[in-house]
Amino acid sequence: MSLLKEAFEKGEFAVTAEMAPPKGIDFTHLIECAKAIKGRVHGVNVTDFQSATLKATSLATCRILQEQGLEPVLQITGRDRNRIAIQGELLSAGVFGIENVLALTGDHTTVGDHPGAMPVYDLDSVGILQAASALMGGKDMSGNELAGTPKYFLGACVTPRYDPVELQVLKMKKKIKAGARFFQTQAVYDMETLRNFRELTKNLDAKLMVGIVPLKSAGMAKYMNNNVPGIFVPDELIERLKAAEDKVKEGIKIAGEFIKAVREEGLCDGAHIMAIGAEENVPAILDEAGL
Amino acid sequence: MVISEKKPFEEILEYLKDAKKVVILGCSLCATVCRVGGEPEVLEMKKKLEENGKQVLGYKILDPACNYMQVRKDLKGLKQELSEADAVISLACGDGTQTIAKLTDIPAYPGNNTMFIGEVERVGQYEEVCLACGNCQLGWTGGICPVTKCSKGLLNGPCGGATKDGKCEVKPEHDCAWIQIYEKLKKLNKLDNLEVIREPRNYAINVHPNRIDLKDVCNKCTL
Ligand code: SF4
Ligand code: SF4
Repeated sequence: MSLLKEAFEKGEFAVTAEMAPPKGIDFTHLIECAKAIKGRVHGVNVTDFQSATLKATSLATCRILQEQGLEPVLQITGRDRNRIAIQGELLSAGVFGIENVLALTGDHTTVGDHPGAMPVYDLDSVGILQAASALMGGKDMSGNELAGTPKYFLGACVTPRYDPVELQVLKMKKKIKAGARFFQTQAVYDMETLRNFRELTKNLDAKLMVGIVPLKSAGMAKYMNNNVPGIFVPDELIERLKAAEDKVKEGIKIAGEFIKAVREEGLCDGAHIMAIGAEENVPAILDEAGL
Repeated sequence: MVISEKKPFEEILEYLKDAKKVVILGCSLCATVCRVGGEPEVLEMKKKLEENGKQVLGYKILDPACNYMQVRKDLKGLKQELSEADAVISLACGDGTQTIAKLTDIPAYPGNNTMFIGEVERVGQYEEVCLACGNCQLGWTGGICPVTKCSKGLLNGPCGGATKDGKCEVKPEHDCAWIQIYEKLKKLNKLDNLEVIREPRNYAINVHPNRIDLKDVCNKCTL
């Protein structure tokens, strides 16, 4: 069984860390980071051409991480593949024994490094979950029999700070119907947003992992406030970063404290840490969080 | 309506680099409303071509350019000119240009870029509204098209990316279609529509080119 699933079932606070495949074929840094977090997380979540930029694939990177003894979470978006390619990718994950799959709609091609590329979106996140659920039932989306049935533990994403938030909750319900068992949130920095969201979704049958992006500077926080939809960094955190001598350390501290508080208040069932190229800091965040 | 824009004149000249004598054809409907294929634009094209050393043998505003029988009839009046001309410039939409091309033995070049099926908000302002997807979803979306107006064409609700003021993450000058659909359905008391999983679209119906023959659909048809 998937470690992640097992952790949730045991009622443990699950931790995953996000990693992006390299642009190119040099996996040295990724493997170093993997070694640094091995044993500290339940899964390593690998982005799928994140921000619509060309990288090595999520599946190949998941394999490398598996070889390093970590449990991968395969992210898969609807942007670049039609339903044949998506199911093929899912089956390939199945062959490698990769069970955790995170279904995403995906950023639009126009925001990436090949803006002229054709965006596909044959399946949205709900469709990907439906496809994976069908495969788990031994058939493809068209009802054709499979030789050998894969097993997945399916997840999806949600943006708790969204107006109107009800629209996110409605979609979350569909994702659960389509097979999602766990959700990662967009990065959250304030308890109030999570409290509201937990209240709104308390009757839904799925695990919730708070998204954590450690801040590296006050400038980064301000940038995210102004430019990244669904992200809100409270002023007091920006002030803390401004005042701090070692901003990165302060960001790690803020992230750790936040996870700890979220856990103590029972607002989430786990945390998903997106360190954006600084995965070596994940253990320090977990130390701070007491995990 | 089919919304078209003028092609850059240099592109048209490039098509015509080996042509000396031309005929210009406009269209009385969409292209006229879009101000790319009515009388003033045809005359403007005539003037510009003449300034560039071309000889314009004749011109006509087809009524409309997308009606095969009508165009065949209209072109009879230009028989002489067309037999002498080296090329035709069409100031209709892509459909009209294809009709013209079908009915002429000399090259028919497009003078416009066909942009989208859209609504005339007011003269000079058009909004893209329909991609002719072949399986209309408007029945459950409150009349707002997610196929066209959501940048990702999503059918199961929004991505997480809309901005604080409800704009699309992909095109910040556009309202997020899904927030609009939500607001509209809320007003109509039909938010339940958003709980139904919409199956992935069936692209098998989009094998182009499509044809519809009403005679096949209705045997009483007197067409
Ligand atoms: S769903 Fe949209 S694109 Fe499809 S036919 Fe209806 S209006 Fe046109
Ligand atoms: S922001 Fe709204 S309109 Fe834009 S891609 Fe996302 S769901 Fe579609």
